[in-house]
Amino acid sequence: MLNRRQLLAASAASLAVPAIARAQDTPGVTATEIRIGNTMPYSGPASAYGVIGRSHEAFFRMVNEQGGIAGRKINFITYDDGYSPPKTVEQTRRLIEQDRVAFLFNTLGTPTNSAIVRYVNQRKVPHIFLSTGADKWGHYQETPWTIGWQPSYRTEAQIYMKHLLEQRPNAKIGLLFQNDDFGKDYVIGVRDVLGARYDQMVRAVSHEVTDPTVDSQVVSLQNAGCDVMVTATTPKFAAQTIRRVHDVGWRPAFHYLTNVSISVGTVMEPAGPEKGVGIITSAYLKDPTDPAWDNDAGMNEWRDFMRRYIPNGDMKDGSYPFAFGIAQTLMHTLKQCEGNFSRESIMRQVASLKDFIPATLIPGIKVNTSPTNFHPIRQMQLQRWTGSTWQRFGNVIEGANV
Amino acid sequence: MDGFAHQIIAGIATGGIYASVALAIVMIYQATHHVNFAQGEMATLSTFIAWSMVNAGMPYWVAFFGTILVSFIIGVLVERLLMRPVANAPVLTHVGVFIGLLLIVGNMTGWIFGYTTKVFPTPFTSDQPLFGGLVSAHELGSTAVTLTVLILVWAFFRFTKLGLAMRAAAYNPRSSRLVGIRVGWMLALGWGLAAAIGAVAGMMVAPVVFLDPTMMLGILLYAFAGALLGGIDNPMGAVLGGFAVGVLENLAGAYVVGTELKLTVALAIIIGVLVVRPSGLFGRVVFSRV
Repeated sequence: MLNRRQLLAASAASLAVPAIARAQDTPGVTATEIRIGNTMPYSGPASAYGVIGRSHEAFFRMVNEQGGIAGRKINFITYDDGYSPPKTVEQTRRLIEQDRVAFLFNTLGTPTNSAIVRYVNQRKVPHIFLSTGADKWGHYQETPWTIGWQPSYRTEAQIYMKHLLEQRPNAKIGLLFQNDDFGKDYVIGVRDVLGARYDQMVRAVSHEVTDPTVDSQVVSLQNAGCDVMVTATTPKFAAQTIRRVHDVGWRPAFHYLTNVSISVGTVMEPAGPEKGVGIITSAYLKDPTDPAWDNDAGMNEWRDFMRRYIPNGDMKDGSYPFAFGIAQTLMHTLKQCEGNFSRESIMRQVASLKDFIPATLIPGIKVNTSPTNFHPIRQMQLQRWTGSTWQRFGNVIEGANV
Repeated sequence: MDGFAHQIIAGIATGGIYASVALAIVMIYQATHHVNFAQGEMATLSTFIAWSMVNAGMPYWVAFFGTILVSFIIGVLVERLLMRPVANAPVLTHVGVFIGLLLIVGNMTGWIFGYTTKVFPTPFTSDQPLFGGLVSAHELGSTAVTLTVLILVWAFFRFTKLGLAMRAAAYNPRSSRLVGIRVGWMLALGWGLAAAIGAVAGMMVAPVVFLDPTMMLGILLYAFAGALLGGIDNPMGAVLGGFAVGVLENLAGAYVVGTELKLTVALAIIIGVLVVRPSGLFGRVVFSRV
């Protein structure tokens, strides 16, 4: 049992410790290591994304071999959540309460992160650079400890509309969206740019993931006289839409397609590659299969990393350059912390990135954050389907200011 | 008006999908007096088997009939190994087994074949767009296949001794046993046939909606509504019910309740039929003395 004098002495001692040392009291930060927590779908329906976690492990191994960060090695703890939100909650609690990680980095998935966002914000644990394009991770007022990384679906929709208004100011837009957070982000983004003209210019129809087909929706949009199509849906329905739009002989002047559903193997080939010619989507990462980057310094840096640390990795898988860009952004942020790894300090630096350029982003696209901007990447370049590949065109476009 | 007609045609095309799955539901009900919740997942697994065969270089029709045979065997095995031990257990036990089967088969399919969308080939192709591109040659062909299966099923139950024995075994197992019908094997045969018809349905559906482990999830609900609407013990009624649900769903979605409530339409049909006319439009009203 403490007596009063010992208690006073103890509290005085804790007050006397200088600020820099107090950071050492941050869970997961010791004099020799920083523990970083992560959840990934290594199994289950989204297990193809598991390579992102594998890439991070290799990346931090490289960092540690090069001396770590501010004298500390990185201890990256990553668990499988099978893309199942209840499991994400379980693993996140384990990371924070048992493993006592300093912060969560690049946890993957919209439903999975939605399940833990309240908990981590209550615990005030940094929850940074998530692998999901939902716009809500930029809501710094409600969830100040959470931040995304990639352009949000809403930003993407804004970019399409900016392009469209330049090309065809009086378009009649048919918008097909999946009736969930993902699809609705596009509706919001389109509305951001069109404003009061939205109701007059847009005919929006939704579909549920349980719908066997979207034929009826495509018929509705065609009969409404739309001359522009915006498709905001997941791969299976995107493939159905592309095929049906083509088969009914509807030739929209522009067909914008969410970049969630641009996989050649699971969307364009199933739909019929010739049926999607002219479809427009967007990109912010350098595509590893694009010959334009064969001699690119940034991509060479990434290829070098792959050769040394992930020799068996699929060099065509776009998830690797994505993971590389995010991991570089994290290292840049930790460097900016200058040895002060308290959770507050980390969030301060997360929100003060200035024109950072990860090696795998398309030239002209920069990472920027501020205390009132929790959308690190807000620029993209458009690309068009040629029948065999996606071809970039035009300048980098920035999302609308709202 | 043009749009209205287009919605109806598109609805008939989708209805063809429901009809083929509804037929499989009726089949298992005829043979066992149960509705198998795992029907959709088993059909998906069969379709993946067909996909593997085609990818291994087999001609389409060889893979088609090969899959039917394999599925038939799987169906019989499921009955022998899983259903037989609980044959005399209460209905709730059966429901439990069906749900377990649904989860196991569904997850196993994903584990073996992965969750990415795959293309499934179709034997029916055409250079000309049909009905303004609203109906593909495949949809026309698959409707023909569904109708063929329907005629076969009807003829089987109506004209063959085996069909009669199966109906008897499902309807009154005890009396059937007394007249010398091997009830256990009749049930296994019923499971096999239902799995085979499910496989046909899966192979007809996959080219339209693309193949993935969750392919049948939504379809099964609509098909169930179709089967109930037409009468769960009437193959002909189930097929007509499937088409009707496809058209109703489209018209309601486009003009009445909006696209958000399309699935609700199917559920409303299920409840409406059960409340107003439990035997369905074409079903036989069964009285039993208690």
